[in-house]
Amino acid sequence: MAGELVLLDFWPSLFGMRVRIALAEKGVKYESKEEDLSNKSPLLLEMNPIIKQIPVLIHNGKPVCESLIIVQYIDEVWNDKSPLLPSDPYQRAQARFWADFVDKKVYVASRKVWRPKREEQEEGKKEFLETLKTMEAELGDKPYFGGETFGYVDLAFIPFYSWFPSYKVLDNINIEAECPKIFAWAKRCMQKEAVAKTFHDEKKVYEFVAKTRKKYVSA
Amino acid sequence: MASSATVTANQLIIMAELKLFRTWSSPFPLRVVWALDFKGIQYDTIFEDLSNKSSLLLQYNPIYKKVPVLVHNGKPLLESLVILEYIDETWKQTPLLPEDPYERATARFWAKFGDDKVLPSIWNVFIKQGKDQEEAIVTAQENLGFVERQLTGKKFFNGETIGFVDLAFGWLAKLLSLWEEVCGVTLIDHEKFPLLSEWIQNFADAPIIKESWPPRDKLITKYQALLEVYTSKEAPK
Repeated sequence: MAGELVLLDFWPSLFGMRVRIALAEKGVKYESKEEDLSNKSPLLLEMNPIIKQIPVLIHNGKPVCESLIIVQYIDEVWNDKSPLLPSDPYQRAQARFWADFVDKKVYVASRKVWRPKREEQEEGKKEFLETLKTMEAELGDKPYFGGETFGYVDLAFIPFYSWFPSYKVLDNINIEAECPKIFAWAKRCMQKEAVAKTFHDEKKVYEFVAKTRKKYVSA
Repeated sequence: MASSATVTANQLIIMAELKLFRTWSSPFPLRVVWALDFKGIQYDTIFEDLSNKSSLLLQYNPIYKKVPVLVHNGKPLLESLVILEYIDETWKQTPLLPEDPYERATARFWAKFGDDKVLPSIWNVFIKQGKDQEEAIVTAQENLGFVERQLTGKKFFNGETIGFVDLAFGWLAKLLSLWEEVCGVTLIDHEKFPLLSEWIQNFADAPIIKESWPPRDKLITKYQALLEVYTSKEAPK
């Protein structure tokens, strides 16, 4: 079941973080290989020739690609502890739907915050906040999206929290004020060791985000 | 005509256990039709007019307001690939996904690649013109090349029988040739894509699949009209 595990990753990647959290939850040991995305390694191009992106989980030499697919794979292989997805098919469908919403709507909207012109940025901010409010409505009064315990949707969404401080300073988006339940939920998730140890130093993340943002925003 | 059908549907809804909201032409609900039919599961169908969505659809899918929606014992399921996994987990006969976790991950990857990359790249060929269309053709054929290689040594993506990835790519088996005809571009020819060409034939002619296609002439009319909208947007002023 264990075998050789290698994770091709990039330290600030929201998607890589999902896989790291899943592996930590399962207590599984693995080797991490940091990729330079401006100079992708032959291994990455061999293991993910189609999308050419990280994260890639290589298990006994065989690659698994796409973060949520990797997380489901981890859950199915190491199925003896810390289940990430619920066991009930309807709840599993709900979990898959909301994780997909994070990718299709929250992530896509977050990219629209960084656009060349001021009006476009404002539009992007509005859309991004709307997606966060939709997540907040879905969370309701539950401690986690999964209910009483941390699960698949929490794992899919929590990496975004690493960018919240940067959004506040650079884009004037105060998520703590706009979505207090989401903020409280994030703080609750950060109490988990598996989550907290995935997060890097806030200043290091801020510098990375600021640098990335400059590529898109001229104003 | 739409409103009387809705009234009947509302009466049925209270009684029936499994209801599928779809349109006459959309390929995504067709995936759900195929999955349910393959497993021999009974269900009621509600046809939606997306220009005049029923209050039930909006109630069940307030976020995307789209089809398909599968309602099972009053609880809605959304997003066709999510629905397919739910169907496979709830009704175990004629499994769609393999049992081995690595093969399942591979199947999920290809279904996602189909929706995220292949379909949009082919759609781009359909709606664009001139140099934009030429570039779109290159991307689409590159994507199709990856898909072609996945069929090496197999009749279907799932092997000897139709499975999850075949249903995910099902739209390709009928809509591609249709779009090629309407916009006058050939993307898949038998020489460059022999395996995909054969898969298209095998899938389109398979039992259950064969009977499920919307009427071709109606589809041609629909896509011709859609193309006209896109062409008029792009036309020089």
